[in-house]
Amino acid sequence: MTYAIEGWFTVERDGARLLGTRCAECGTVCFPPRDGSCPDPRCAGTETEVVRLPRRGRVWSYTNACYPPPAPYVAAEPYEPVTLAAVELDEVGIVVLGQVEGLGVEQLAVGMELELTSGPLADGPLVWMWGRAS
Amino acid sequence: MSAGGAGPVAVLGTGMHPWGKWGRPFLEYGVAAAREALRDAGLAWTDVQFVVGADTIRNGYPGFVSGASYARALGWSGARVASCYAACASGAQALDIARTRILAGLCDVALVIGAEAAPKGFFKPVGGDRPDDPDWLRFRLLGATNPAYFALYARRRMALHGSTPADFAAVKVKNALAGSLNPMARYRKPVTAGEVAASPMVADPLRLMDICATSDGGAAVVLASEAFARRHATRFVRLAAVSTVTPTFPNTVLELPDFATDSRAAAAGPVRPFRAAIAHAAYEEAGVGPEDLSLAEVYDLSTALELDWMEDIGLCPPGGADKLLRDGATALGGRIPVNPSGGLASFGEAIPAQAIAQLCELTAQLRGRAGARQTADARVGLAANQGLFGHGSAIIATV
Repeated sequence: MTYAIEGWFTVERDGARLLGTRCAECGTVCFPPRDGSCPDPRCAGTETEVVRLPRRGRVWSYTNACYPPPAPYVAAEPYEPVTLAAVELDEVGIVVLGQVEGLGVEQLAVGMELELTSGPLADGPLVWMWGRAS
Repeated sequence: MSAGGAGPVAVLGTGMHPWGKWGRPFLEYGVAAAREALRDAGLAWTDVQFVVGADTIRNGYPGFVSGASYARALGWSGARVASCYAACASGAQALDIARTRILAGLCDVALVIGAEAAPKGFFKPVGGDRPDDPDWLRFRLLGATNPAYFALYARRRMALHGSTPADFAAVKVKNALAGSLNPMARYRKPVTAGEVAASPMVADPLRLMDICATSDGGAAVVLASEAFARRHATRFVRLAAVSTVTPTFPNTVLELPDFATDSRAAAAGPVRPFRAAIAHAAYEEAGVGPEDLSLAEVYDLSTALELDWMEDIGLCPPGGADKLLRDGATALGGRIPVNPSGGLASFGEAIPAQAIAQLCELTAQLRGRAGARQTADARVGLAANQGLFGHGSAIIATV
Protein backbone atom coordinates (compact mmCIF):
# COMPACT_ATOMS: atom_id res chain seq x y z
CA MET A 1 0.00 0.00 0.00
CA THR A 2 1.11 3.53 -0.73
CA TYR A 3 1.12 5.99 2.14
CA ALA A 4 -0.68 9.29 1.42
CA ILE A 5 2.26 10.99 3.15
CA GLU A 6 5.71 9.61 3.94
CA GLY A 7 7.18 9.72 7.43
CA TRP A 8 4.08 10.76 9.39
CA PHE A 9 2.84 7.28 10.30
CA THR A 10 3.71 3.65 9.88
CA VAL A 11 1.64 0.49 9.72
CA GLU A 12 3.32 -2.39 11.51
CA ARG A 13 2.36 -5.92 12.46
CA ASP A 14 0.67 -4.73 15.66
CA GLY A 15 -1.13 -1.77 14.09
CA ALA A 16 -0.68 1.83 13.00
CA ARG A 17 1.56 4.30 14.82
CA LEU A 18 1.98 8.04 14.31
CA LEU A 19 5.60 9.13 13.93
CA GLY A 20 6.71 12.25 15.76
CA THR A 21 10.03 13.82 16.56
CA ARG A 22 11.70 14.32 19.92
CA CYS A 23 14.15 17.12 20.57
CA ALA A 24 17.50 15.63 21.60
CA GLU A 25 18.17 18.65 23.78
CA CYS A 26 14.99 19.02 25.86
CA GLY A 27 12.84 15.99 24.98
CA THR A 28 9.90 17.94 23.55
CA VAL A 29 7.84 15.66 21.32
CA CYS A 30 5.89 16.97 18.37
CA PHE A 31 3.67 15.86 15.51
CA PRO A 32 3.88 16.16 12.53
CA PRO A 33 7.60 15.30 12.51
CA ARG A 34 9.76 18.39 12.45
CA ASP A 35 13.33 18.95 11.30
CA GLY A 36 15.84 21.53 12.29
CA SER A 37 14.57 23.20 15.43
CA CYS A 38 12.72 22.49 18.64
CA PRO A 39 9.24 24.08 18.84
CA ASP A 40 9.99 25.30 22.37
CA PRO A 41 11.32 28.88 21.90
CA ARG A 42 13.48 28.54 25.03
CA CYS A 43 15.33 25.53 23.60
CA ALA A 44 18.11 25.98 21.05
CA GLY A 45 18.11 22.29 20.11
CA THR A 46 18.43 21.46 16.43
CA GLU A 47 18.78 17.67 16.58
CA THR A 48 15.65 15.55 16.53
CA GLU A 49 14.97 11.83 16.55
CA VAL A 50 11.91 10.06 15.16
CA VAL A 51 9.69 8.45 17.79
CA ARG A 52 6.56 6.30 17.67
CA LEU A 53 3.72 8.09 19.44
CA PRO A 54 1.25 6.45 21.85
CA ARG A 55 -1.53 4.65 19.96
CA ARG A 56 -4.36 5.70 22.22
CA GLY A 57 -5.89 8.92 23.35
CA ARG A 58 -9.11 10.64 24.32
CA VAL A 59 -11.42 12.64 22.08
CA TRP A 60 -10.79 16.41 22.43
CA SER A 61 -13.57 17.15 19.96
CA TYR A 62 -15.17 15.75 16.82
CA THR A 63 -17.30 16.67 13.82
CA ASN A 64 -18.12 15.48 10.33
CA ALA A 65 -18.17 16.77 6.76
CA CYS A 66 -21.76 16.54 5.54
CA TYR A 67 -20.77 17.83 2.09
CA PRO A 68 -17.87 16.55 -0.03
CA PRO A 69 -14.74 18.59 0.81
CA PRO A 70 -13.16 20.40 -2.16
CA ALA A 71 -10.03 19.30 -4.04
CA PRO A 72 -7.34 18.24 -3.41
CA TYR A 73 -9.55 15.94 -1.30
CA VAL A 74 -10.86 13.08 -3.41
CA ALA A 75 -14.40 12.34 -2.24
CA ALA A 76 -15.91 8.89 -2.54
CA GLU A 77 -18.89 8.51 -4.87
CA PRO A 78 -21.54 8.20 -3.69
CA TYR A 79 -20.39 10.48 -0.89
CA GLU A 80 -20.78 9.38 2.72
CA PRO A 81 -20.10 12.03 5.41
CA VAL A 82 -16.54 11.76 6.70
CA THR A 83 -16.18 11.81 10.49
CA LEU A 84 -13.24 13.75 11.98
CA ALA A 85 -11.89 13.54 15.51
CA ALA A 86 -9.20 15.49 17.34
CA VAL A 87 -7.71 13.10 19.86
CA GLU A 88 -5.38 14.00 22.74
CA LEU A 89 -2.69 11.33 22.77
CA ASP A 90 -1.90 9.65 26.08
CA GLU A 91 1.41 10.63 27.76
CA VAL A 92 2.56 13.25 25.23
CA GLY A 93 -0.65 15.34 25.37
CA ILE A 94 -0.64 16.20 21.66
CA VAL A 95 -4.08 16.62 20.05
CA VAL A 96 -4.03 15.01 16.59
CA LEU A 97 -6.75 15.42 13.96
CA GLY A 98 -7.74 12.45 11.84
CA GLN A 99 -10.60 10.83 10.02
CA VAL A 100 -12.57 8.32 12.05
CA GLU A 101 -13.09 4.82 10.72
CA GLY A 102 -16.36 3.04 11.41
CA LEU A 103 -17.91 5.57 13.82
CA GLY A 104 -20.34 8.42 13.16
CA VAL A 105 -20.69 11.59 15.22
CA GLU A 106 -23.65 10.10 17.09
CA GLN A 107 -21.33 7.35 18.40
CA LEU A 108 -18.62 9.74 19.63
CA ALA A 109 -18.27 11.79 22.79
CA VAL A 110 -15.65 14.19 24.13
CA GLY A 111 -13.39 12.22 26.47
CA MET A 112 -14.02 8.85 24.77
CA GLU A 113 -10.98 6.62 24.20
CA LEU A 114 -9.95 5.93 20.58
CA GLU A 115 -7.06 4.02 19.07
CA LEU A 116 -5.01 4.70 15.96
CA THR A 117 -5.67 2.69 12.85
CA SER A 118 -5.28 3.36 9.16
CA GLY A 119 -7.43 3.22 6.08
CA PRO A 120 -7.46 4.15 2.43
CA LEU A 121 -8.53 7.49 0.96
CA ALA A 122 -11.09 7.22 -1.86
CA ASP A 123 -8.31 7.21 -4.48
CA GLY A 124 -6.26 4.55 -2.72
CA PRO A 125 -3.36 5.81 -0.59
CA LEU A 126 -3.34 5.02 3.13
CA VAL A 127 -3.80 7.62 5.81
CA TRP A 128 -3.88 7.37 9.61
CA MET A 129 -7.37 7.20 11.09
CA TRP A 130 -8.96 6.98 14.51
CA GLY A 131 -10.91 3.86 15.36
CA ARG A 132 -12.68 2.17 18.23
CA ALA A 133 -10.29 1.28 21.07
CA SER A 134 -9.70 -2.46 21.15
CA MET B 1 -3.36 56.62 28.74
CA SER B 2 -1.01 54.19 27.07
CA ALA B 3 0.89 51.59 29.10
CA GLY B 4 4.19 51.42 27.26
CA GLY B 5 2.63 52.13 23.88
CA ALA B 6 3.62 55.05 21.70
CA GLY B 7 0.19 56.70 21.90
CA PRO B 8 -2.81 56.80 19.64
CA VAL B 9 -3.21 57.89 16.05
CA ALA B 10 -6.33 59.56 14.68
CA VAL B 11 -8.96 57.89 12.52
CA LEU B 12 -9.89 60.74 10.19
CA GLY B 13 -12.15 58.92 7.77
CA THR B 14 -13.67 55.54 6.96
CA GLY B 15 -15.24 54.10 3.83
CA MET B 16 -16.78 50.81 2.75
CA HIS B 17 -18.05 49.19 -0.40
CA PRO B 18 -21.17 47.14 0.49
CA TRP B 19 -20.52 43.43 1.11
CA GLY B 20 -22.14 41.03 -1.34
CA LYS B 21 -21.34 38.68 -4.17
CA TRP B 22 -20.99 41.28 -6.89
CA GLY B 23 -18.67 39.46 -9.25
CA ARG B 24 -16.49 42.51 -9.90
CA PRO B 25 -12.66 42.84 -9.56
CA PHE B 26 -11.45 43.42 -5.99
CA LEU B 27 -9.79 46.69 -7.03
CA GLU B 28 -13.20 48.25 -7.70
CA TYR B 29 -14.35 47.59 -4.14
CA GLY B 30 -11.10 48.85 -2.63
CA VAL B 31 -10.98 52.01 -4.69
CA ALA B 32 -14.64 52.80 -3.92
CA ALA B 33 -13.95 52.34 -0.21
CA ALA B 34 -10.78 54.48 -0.44
CA ARG B 35 -12.56 57.34 -2.17
CA GLU B 36 -15.31 57.24 0.46
CA ALA B 37 -12.75 57.26 3.29
CA LEU B 38 -10.94 60.24 1.75
CA ARG B 39 -14.23 62.11 1.26
CA ASP B 40 -15.16 61.33 4.88
CA ALA B 41 -11.77 62.64 6.04
CA GLY B 42 -12.04 65.76 3.91
CA LEU B 43 -8.74 64.95 2.21
CA ALA B 44 -7.59 64.39 -1.36
CA TRP B 45 -5.75 61.27 -2.57
CA THR B 46 -2.74 63.49 -3.21
CA ASP B 47 -2.67 64.37 0.52
CA VAL B 48 -1.90 60.72 1.33
CA GLN B 49 1.80 60.14 2.05
CA PHE B 50 1.64 56.39 2.66
CA VAL B 51 -0.78 53.80 1.30
CA VAL B 52 -0.98 50.28 2.74
CA GLY B 53 -2.88 47.45 1.09
CA ALA B 54 -4.11 44.31 2.85
CA ASP B 55 -3.49 41.60 0.26
CA THR B 56 -5.89 39.13 -1.29
CA ILE B 57 -4.25 35.84 -2.27
CA ARG B 58 -7.09 34.72 -4.56
CA ASN B 59 -6.84 37.47 -7.14
CA GLY B 60 -3.47 37.03 -8.81
CA TYR B 61 -0.41 39.27 -8.79
CA PRO B 62 -2.34 42.55 -8.28
CA GLY B 63 -3.75 40.99 -5.09
CA PHE B 64 -0.25 40.21 -3.76
CA VAL B 65 0.89 43.81 -4.26
CA SER B 66 -2.45 45.37 -3.36
CA GLY B 67 -0.99 48.60 -1.97
CA ALA B 68 0.58 49.40 -5.32
CA SER B 69 -2.51 48.16 -7.18
CA TYR B 70 -4.68 50.65 -5.29
CA ALA B 71 -2.12 53.44 -5.69
CA ARG B 72 -2.03 52.89 -9.42
CA ALA B 73 -5.84 52.70 -9.67
CA LEU B 74 -6.15 55.98 -7.76
CA GLY B 75 -3.39 57.49 -9.95
CA TRP B 76 0.35 57.27 -9.23
CA SER B 77 0.93 60.07 -6.74
CA GLY B 78 4.44 59.32 -5.50
CA ALA B 79 3.09 58.13 -2.12
CA ARG B 80 5.10 55.49 -0.30
CA VAL B 81 3.54 52.05 -0.38
CA ALA B 82 3.36 48.76 1.50
CA SER B 83 1.37 45.56 1.10
CA CYS B 84 0.91 42.79 3.61
CA TYR B 85 -0.79 39.46 4.05
CA ALA B 86 -1.69 38.00 7.44
CA ALA B 87 -4.77 35.84 6.72
CA CYS B 88 -7.81 37.16 8.59
CA ALA B 89 -5.60 39.68 10.41
CA SER B 90 -4.33 41.23 7.15
CA GLY B 91 -6.38 44.39 7.60
CA ALA B 92 -5.21 44.86 11.17
CA GLN B 93 -1.58 44.37 10.20
CA ALA B 94 -2.02 46.93 7.42
CA LEU B 95 -3.42 49.34 10.03
CA ASP B 96 -0.46 48.57 12.30
CA ILE B 97 2.06 49.23 9.55
CA ALA B 98 0.41 52.57 8.79
CA ARG B 99 0.16 53.60 12.42
CA THR B 100 3.75 52.72 13.28
CA ARG B 101 5.03 54.82 10.38
CA ILE B 102 2.88 57.71 11.64
CA LEU B 103 4.03 57.20 15.24
CA ALA B 104 7.65 57.08 14.08
CA GLY B 105 7.14 60.55 12.67
CA LEU B 106 7.81 59.40 9.11
CA CYS B 107 4.43 60.54 7.78
CA ASP B 108 1.28 62.38 8.87
CA VAL B 109 -1.44 60.86 6.68
CA ALA B 110 -1.83 57.22 5.66
CA LEU B 111 -4.55 55.37 3.77
CA VAL B 112 -5.24 51.69 4.55
CA ILE B 113 -7.28 49.63 2.08
CA GLY B 114 -8.47 46.02 1.96
CA ALA B 115 -10.81 44.36 -0.51
CA GLU B 116 -11.75 40.86 -1.61
CA ALA B 117 -13.45 39.20 -4.53
CA ALA B 118 -14.23 35.78 -3.02
CA PRO B 119 -14.86 32.48 -4.77
CA LYS B 120 -18.09 30.58 -4.15
CA GLY B 121 -18.39 27.77 -1.60
CA PHE B 122 -15.83 26.37 0.86
CA PHE B 123 -12.51 28.14 0.89
CA LYS B 124 -10.07 25.75 -0.72
CA PRO B 125 -6.30 25.91 -0.93
CA VAL B 126 -4.54 27.77 -3.70
CA GLY B 127 -4.15 25.36 -6.64
CA GLY B 128 -1.28 23.03 -7.54
CA ASP B 129 0.22 19.94 -5.95
CA ARG B 130 1.87 21.26 -2.78
CA PRO B 131 2.50 18.56 -0.15
CA ASP B 132 4.78 20.93 1.82
CA ASP B 133 1.86 23.29 2.49
CA PRO B 134 -0.20 22.27 5.55
CA ASP B 135 -3.17 24.20 4.15
CA TRP B 136 -3.08 21.97 1.05
CA LEU B 137 -2.35 18.81 3.03
CA ARG B 138 -5.25 19.12 5.47
CA PHE B 139 -7.63 19.02 2.52
CA ARG B 140 -5.74 16.24 0.76
CA LEU B 141 -5.31 13.91 3.75
CA LEU B 142 -8.36 14.68 5.88
CA GLY B 143 -10.87 16.75 3.90
CA ALA B 144 -10.70 19.17 6.83
CA THR B 145 -12.44 22.37 5.69
CA ASN B 146 -12.55 25.59 7.72
CA PRO B 147 -16.08 24.79 9.00
CA ALA B 148 -14.71 21.46 10.30
CA TYR B 149 -12.39 23.35 12.66
CA PHE B 150 -15.20 25.75 13.70
CA ALA B 151 -17.31 22.67 14.45
CA LEU B 152 -14.56 21.13 16.60
CA TYR B 153 -14.52 24.30 18.72
CA ALA B 154 -18.34 24.30 18.90
CA ARG B 155 -18.55 20.66 20.02
CA ARG B 156 -15.77 21.23 22.55
CA ARG B 157 -17.71 24.21 23.92
CA MET B 158 -20.85 22.08 24.25
CA ALA B 159 -18.90 19.46 26.20
CA LEU B 160 -17.03 21.93 28.45
CA HIS B 161 -19.67 24.58 29.07
CA GLY B 162 -23.01 23.00 28.25
CA SER B 163 -23.77 25.30 25.31
CA THR B 164 -26.54 24.06 23.05
CA PRO B 165 -27.42 24.45 19.36
CA ALA B 166 -30.20 26.78 20.58
CA ASP B 167 -27.54 29.08 22.08
CA PHE B 168 -25.68 29.09 18.78
CA ALA B 169 -28.89 29.90 16.90
CA ALA B 170 -29.53 32.79 19.30
CA VAL B 171 -26.22 34.34 18.23
CA LYS B 172 -27.35 34.22 14.60
CA VAL B 173 -30.74 35.72 15.44
CA LYS B 174 -29.07 38.58 17.34
CA ASN B 175 -26.50 39.29 14.63
CA ALA B 176 -29.01 39.04 11.78
CA LEU B 177 -31.19 41.62 13.50
CA ALA B 178 -28.24 44.02 13.79
CA GLY B 179 -27.20 43.31 10.21
CA SER B 180 -30.71 44.08 8.97
CA LEU B 181 -30.05 47.65 10.12
CA ASN B 182 -26.64 47.96 8.41
CA PRO B 183 -26.65 49.16 4.78
CA MET B 184 -23.12 47.74 4.27
CA ALA B 185 -24.11 44.17 5.29
CA ARG B 186 -24.68 41.47 2.69
CA TYR B 187 -27.52 39.70 4.56
CA ARG B 188 -30.15 42.17 5.68
CA LYS B 189 -33.05 39.95 6.62
CA PRO B 190 -33.90 39.10 10.24
CA VAL B 191 -33.64 35.37 10.96
CA THR B 192 -35.54 33.15 13.41
CA ALA B 193 -34.12 30.36 15.56
CA GLY B 194 -36.40 27.99 13.67
CA GLU B 195 -34.80 28.97 10.38
CA VAL B 196 -31.32 28.29 11.79
CA ALA B 197 -32.44 24.88 13.11
CA ALA B 198 -34.00 24.02 9.74
CA SER B 199 -30.88 24.91 7.74
CA PRO B 200 -28.79 21.94 6.55
CA MET B 201 -26.12 20.44 8.81
CA VAL B 202 -22.67 21.25 7.37
CA ALA B 203 -20.23 20.14 10.06
CA ASP B 204 -21.98 18.70 13.09
CA PRO B 205 -23.06 20.52 15.32
CA LEU B 206 -22.93 23.54 12.99
CA ARG B 207 -25.60 24.20 10.38
CA LEU B 208 -25.39 26.36 7.31
CA MET B 209 -26.75 29.40 9.15
CA ASP B 210 -24.23 28.96 11.99
CA ILE B 211 -21.32 29.42 9.57
CA CYS B 212 -20.23 32.65 7.94
CA ALA B 213 -20.23 32.93 4.16
CA THR B 214 -17.43 34.25 1.97
CA SER B 215 -18.11 37.65 0.47
CA ASP B 216 -16.93 40.42 -1.80
CA GLY B 217 -16.36 43.74 -0.07
CA GLY B 218 -13.95 46.58 0.52
CA ALA B 219 -13.04 48.84 3.43
CA ALA B 220 -10.63 51.73 3.88
CA VAL B 221 -9.48 54.02 6.68
CA VAL B 222 -7.54 57.30 6.69
CA LEU B 223 -5.16 57.47 9.67
CA ALA B 224 -3.27 60.58 10.72
CA SER B 225 -0.95 61.80 13.44
CA GLU B 226 -2.72 63.46 16.37
CA ALA B 227 -0.98 66.75 15.56
CA PHE B 228 -2.24 66.68 11.97
CA ALA B 229 -5.71 65.63 13.14
CA ARG B 230 -5.96 68.52 15.59
CA ARG B 231 -5.16 70.98 12.81
CA HIS B 232 -7.61 69.33 10.46
CA ALA B 233 -10.64 68.30 12.55
CA THR B 234 -12.35 69.28 15.77
CA ARG B 235 -13.29 65.73 16.87
CA PHE B 236 -11.81 62.42 15.85
CA VAL B 237 -11.70 58.83 16.99
CA ARG B 238 -8.37 57.50 18.26
CA LEU B 239 -6.84 54.16 17.35
CA ALA B 240 -5.33 53.38 20.75
CA ALA B 241 -3.98 49.85 20.23
CA VAL B 242 -3.27 47.27 17.56
CA SER B 243 -2.26 43.83 18.84
CA THR B 244 -0.90 41.28 16.39
CA VAL B 245 0.78 38.84 18.78
CA THR B 246 1.59 35.25 17.80
CA PRO B 247 0.71 32.20 19.91
CA THR B 248 2.90 31.14 22.83
CA PHE B 249 4.34 27.61 23.09
CA PRO B 250 2.86 25.21 23.94
CA ASN B 251 -0.34 26.08 22.06
CA THR B 252 -2.74 23.36 23.16
CA VAL B 253 -5.72 24.45 21.05
CA LEU B 254 -5.95 22.90 17.57
CA GLU B 255 -5.60 25.85 15.16
CA LEU B 256 -6.34 26.13 11.44
CA PRO B 257 -4.80 24.67 9.33
CA ASP B 258 -2.82 22.45 11.74
CA PHE B 259 -2.93 18.68 12.10
CA ALA B 260 -1.97 18.77 15.76
CA THR B 261 -1.35 20.92 18.80
CA ASP B 262 1.88 21.36 20.70
CA SER B 263 2.56 18.83 23.44
CA ARG B 264 0.78 19.60 26.68
CA ALA B 265 3.45 17.57 28.47
CA ALA B 266 6.32 19.64 27.11
CA ALA B 267 6.32 22.69 29.32
CA ALA B 268 4.03 24.77 31.46
CA GLY B 269 1.29 26.23 29.27
CA PRO B 270 1.07 29.91 28.46
CA VAL B 271 -0.66 32.21 30.93
CA ARG B 272 -3.34 32.88 28.32
CA PRO B 273 -4.57 30.86 25.36
CA PHE B 274 -3.95 32.49 21.98
CA ARG B 275 -7.21 34.35 21.45
CA ALA B 276 -7.18 35.71 25.00
CA ALA B 277 -3.55 36.76 24.56
CA ILE B 278 -4.45 38.71 21.42
CA ALA B 279 -7.01 40.79 23.32
CA HIS B 280 -4.85 41.11 26.43
CA ALA B 281 -2.00 42.72 24.48
CA ALA B 282 -4.41 45.29 23.07
CA TYR B 283 -5.79 46.12 26.52
CA GLU B 284 -2.25 46.55 27.85
CA GLU B 285 -1.30 48.84 24.99
CA ALA B 286 -4.41 51.01 25.29
CA GLY B 287 -4.35 51.06 29.09
CA VAL B 288 -7.96 49.95 29.36
CA GLY B 289 -9.71 46.72 30.38
CA PRO B 290 -12.80 44.75 29.39
CA GLU B 291 -14.85 46.70 31.94
CA ASP B 292 -14.19 49.89 29.97
CA LEU B 293 -15.68 48.61 26.71
CA SER B 294 -18.84 50.15 25.28
CA LEU B 295 -19.06 47.55 22.50
CA ALA B 296 -17.04 44.83 20.78
CA GLU B 297 -16.74 43.41 17.29
CA VAL B 298 -15.50 39.80 17.36
CA TYR B 299 -14.81 37.27 14.62
CA ASP B 300 -17.94 35.13 14.47
CA LEU B 301 -16.70 32.73 11.80
CA SER B 302 -19.34 30.57 13.46
CA THR B 303 -22.10 31.42 15.91
CA ALA B 304 -20.42 29.28 18.56
CA LEU B 305 -17.12 31.08 18.13
CA GLU B 306 -18.73 34.40 19.09
CA LEU B 307 -19.39 32.87 22.53
CA ASP B 308 -15.74 31.77 22.84
CA TRP B 309 -14.57 35.25 21.85
CA MET B 310 -16.76 36.93 24.49
CA GLU B 311 -14.81 34.99 27.12
CA ASP B 312 -11.47 35.48 25.39
CA ILE B 313 -11.84 39.28 25.41
CA GLY B 314 -12.79 39.16 29.08
CA LEU B 315 -16.49 40.07 28.98
CA CYS B 316 -17.13 37.11 31.31
CA PRO B 317 -15.28 34.09 32.70
CA PRO B 318 -15.02 30.91 30.58
CA GLY B 319 -18.48 29.35 30.33
CA GLY B 320 -20.29 32.60 31.07
CA ALA B 321 -21.01 33.75 27.51
CA ASP B 322 -24.22 31.79 27.03
CA LYS B 323 -25.84 33.51 30.00
CA LEU B 324 -24.78 36.99 28.84
CA LEU B 325 -26.26 36.20 25.45
CA ARG B 326 -29.52 34.85 26.90
CA ASP B 327 -29.84 37.90 29.16
CA GLY B 328 -29.64 40.15 26.09
CA ALA B 329 -26.48 41.89 27.32
CA THR B 330 -24.78 41.54 23.94
CA ALA B 331 -27.75 42.59 21.78
CA LEU B 332 -28.23 46.09 20.41
CA GLY B 333 -29.27 48.22 23.38
CA GLY B 334 -27.77 45.69 25.81
CA ARG B 335 -25.09 46.41 28.40
CA ILE B 336 -22.23 45.46 26.05
CA PRO B 337 -23.33 45.00 22.42
CA VAL B 338 -21.25 42.38 20.59
CA ASN B 339 -21.11 42.63 16.81
CA PRO B 340 -23.46 45.61 16.53
CA SER B 341 -22.45 45.71 12.84
CA GLY B 342 -24.18 42.35 12.36
CA GLY B 343 -20.82 40.58 12.40
CA LEU B 344 -19.61 38.00 9.95
CA ALA B 345 -23.06 36.40 10.24
CA SER B 346 -24.45 39.37 8.29
CA PHE B 347 -21.40 40.28 6.22
CA GLY B 348 -19.71 37.04 5.26
CA GLU B 349 -15.93 37.16 5.31
CA ALA B 350 -14.07 39.38 2.85
CA ILE B 351 -10.70 38.43 4.31
CA PRO B 352 -8.39 41.43 3.82
CA ALA B 353 -11.23 43.92 4.25
CA GLN B 354 -12.75 42.45 7.39
CA ALA B 355 -10.49 43.82 10.12
CA ILE B 356 -10.65 47.26 8.47
CA ALA B 357 -14.45 46.98 8.35
CA GLN B 358 -14.38 46.23 12.08
CA LEU B 359 -12.57 49.54 12.65
CA CYS B 360 -15.14 51.27 10.42
CA GLU B 361 -17.88 49.99 12.75
CA LEU B 362 -16.01 51.02 15.91
CA THR B 363 -15.49 54.47 14.41
CA ALA B 364 -19.16 54.85 13.43
CA GLN B 365 -20.21 53.87 16.94
CA LEU B 366 -17.69 56.16 18.66
CA ARG B 367 -18.73 59.07 16.43
CA GLY B 368 -22.39 58.44 17.24
CA ARG B 369 -23.14 57.84 13.57
CA ALA B 370 -24.31 54.22 13.71
CA GLY B 371 -28.00 55.08 13.25
CA ALA B 372 -30.41 52.40 14.47
CA ARG B 373 -27.40 50.31 15.62
CA GLN B 374 -26.00 53.08 17.82
CA THR B 375 -24.63 52.14 21.24
CA ALA B 376 -25.53 54.91 23.69
CA ASP B 377 -22.57 57.04 24.79
CA ALA B 378 -19.99 54.74 23.16
CA ARG B 379 -16.49 55.65 24.35
CA VAL B 380 -14.27 52.56 23.92
CA GLY B 381 -14.58 49.76 21.36
CA LEU B 382 -12.56 46.59 20.76
CA ALA B 383 -12.43 44.50 17.59
CA ALA B 384 -10.76 41.09 17.43
CA ASN B 385 -10.11 38.38 14.87
CA GLN B 386 -8.10 35.24 14.28
CA GLY B 387 -6.97 33.50 11.12
CA LEU B 388 -4.71 30.79 9.78
CA PHE B 389 -1.05 30.23 10.61
CA GLY B 390 -0.91 31.96 13.99
CA HIS B 391 -2.40 35.24 12.86
CA GLY B 392 -4.79 37.23 14.95
CA SER B 393 -5.41 40.80 15.91
CA ALA B 394 -7.22 43.05 18.30
CA ILE B 395 -7.64 46.78 17.97
CA ILE B 396 -8.99 49.28 20.46
CA ALA B 397 -10.49 52.61 19.46
CA THR B 398 -11.52 55.39 21.82
CA VAL B 399 -13.21 58.77 21.57
